[in-house]
Amino acid sequence: MPDFLPCTFRNRDSFPVRVYTEVYVRGLRRRSTYRAATLGGLFTNTVFGCINAAVMLALFAARPEINGYDAEDAVTQVFVCQALLGVVAVMGPPLELGERIRSGDVGTDLLRPVSLLGWWLAEDLGRASFNLLFRSAPILGAGALLFDLRLPGEAGRWLLVLTSVALAALVSFALRYLYEVAGFWLLDTRGVWAVMGVFGPVAAGMLIPLPLFPPGVSDVLRTLPWASIAQIPTEIVLGKDGLLGEGAAGGLLLQATWAALLLALGAWATSRATRRVVVQGG
Amino acid sequence: MADTSFRQAADSVLWPLRSYLLLARTWMRAQAQYPVSLLLTALGTGLAAVSEILAVLVVFDHAGVLAGFTVAEGLLLAGTANLAFGCADLLMGAVERLGVHIRAGSLDTMLVRPVPPLVQLATDHFALRRLGKIVPAAVTTGAALHLCDIDWTLGKVLMLPVLLVSGTAVAASVWVAGACVQFFATDSRDAANSLTYGGQALTEYPLAIYAKEVVLAVTFAVPLAFVGWQPVLYLLDRPDPTGLPDALRLAPPLVALVSCAAAALLWRLGLRHYRSTGS
Repeated sequence: MPDFLPCTFRNRDSFPVRVYTEVYVRGLRRRSTYRAATLGGLFTNTVFGCINAAVMLALFAARPEINGYDAEDAVTQVFVCQALLGVVAVMGPPLELGERIRSGDVGTDLLRPVSLLGWWLAEDLGRASFNLLFRSAPILGAGALLFDLRLPGEAGRWLLVLTSVALAALVSFALRYLYEVAGFWLLDTRGVWAVMGVFGPVAAGMLIPLPLFPPGVSDVLRTLPWASIAQIPTEIVLGKDGLLGEGAAGGLLLQATWAALLLALGAWATSRATRRVVVQGG
Repeated sequence: MADTSFRQAADSVLWPLRSYLLLARTWMRAQAQYPVSLLLTALGTGLAAVSEILAVLVVFDHAGVLAGFTVAEGLLLAGTANLAFGCADLLMGAVERLGVHIRAGSLDTMLVRPVPPLVQLATDHFALRRLGKIVPAAVTTGAALHLCDIDWTLGKVLMLPVLLVSGTAVAASVWVAGACVQFFATDSRDAANSLTYGGQALTEYPLAIYAKEVVLAVTFAVPLAFVGWQPVLYLLDRPDPTGLPDALRLAPPLVALVSCAAAALLWRLGLRHYRSTGS
């Protein structure tokens, strides 16, 4: 262990854990500075929730049941999705890593004695935690005040929902990390975001619930990792069976599998990139 | 003598327009240097517009008829609303970055140049990729006009472009008015999004599906009803299912004038209130 580090970091075993914890806390605290932006986002998500809910209510007034969904299910999905938008950031903002790869600042990041993926994961989870507390909770509360939502009653099911949201945050981070790591080869990831910023929310079930798509399309989208970001957490809120059946367990299993696969892919892509690609000069 | 004062008057009216075109062309030429990037971002924007129209199709496909509107009529509404918002976004969308300019101090630079600051703000990074939003909306509108059972008269043919221009003007005023709030609260961009992008989402579907208060608000307070809803009622000769007077459907040009004037007034008020950050 280099001796220029502060003494709190000198314990070899707890060193990475301490760093990640500090990065996480700073990621969380950094967001708490932008109060007006948080309030603005909260307001916008609630307005969009109300508009989408009105569309769903009109649709289900014409057809009371579509592929196992009723009006209350659909309105609940609308608000769960708006509440998750700040946590999973599928429509942006992108991780700052992309800009650092483009400018060459990532060279500094790579000098750090912790993994690149771990550092940005800790930072992003800090951001997600802040948004969960100060955006998701109020949006869902506003939705429950204005509309009839099908929310779980018992604490045990809320625990399952929280687990599912945590896994959603992991899957969404892994995807956004891959979008940015592509920058080692592409240099500019705005094109990736231009496509994924649209495809992501649609495939997650945020534009309209996935069961409303034609059966073939719906089945494909529910297998893809984006479904883990919003569709599966919603199914767990509603107490519905997902693609794998078995209630919440099936959904959590699919999410955990995607999280593990994509994070492993992210780690592999990072090692490939840092070995083979010359970092942009600053 | 009278001739020169006439020329001066004409110049003062035409100068904002000419400077707008000049600045927009400069930015377009800059973007043309990166054709692949321009094409990809335009495709991305187009993809977003197409996915929204597809969502409207999925909803109408399940519902059959929504608030008395068939699929084709629903597409006409979504198409015209998206077309007007798309054009407004292309022409005026950049004003939403006002807060960024205030923080960076670049608004001060704009204020000392001999070009109207609103023109400079609207043309800053003039984003040609937004054509990606206009093209699918125009195609949808065209197809829907063909599919809908419209009783074409000379009046309707003449009114169609007037209604589209009025809708664009109303949407552009909403954009400017939303941006002006940033003079007073620099961080209000996200909140203004609920008016601009939210307004677009709201007007994609028949207004009759929303609560009566919402319909009244978007008719008389923030006149989003005149972007797509009232024009489509006029084209289809449909009585207003929300029970508002039928005469309103002839109002879009007037509403456009009033909302442009209101937005201009707000802009002046904001500019007068503005104190530089000093950086």
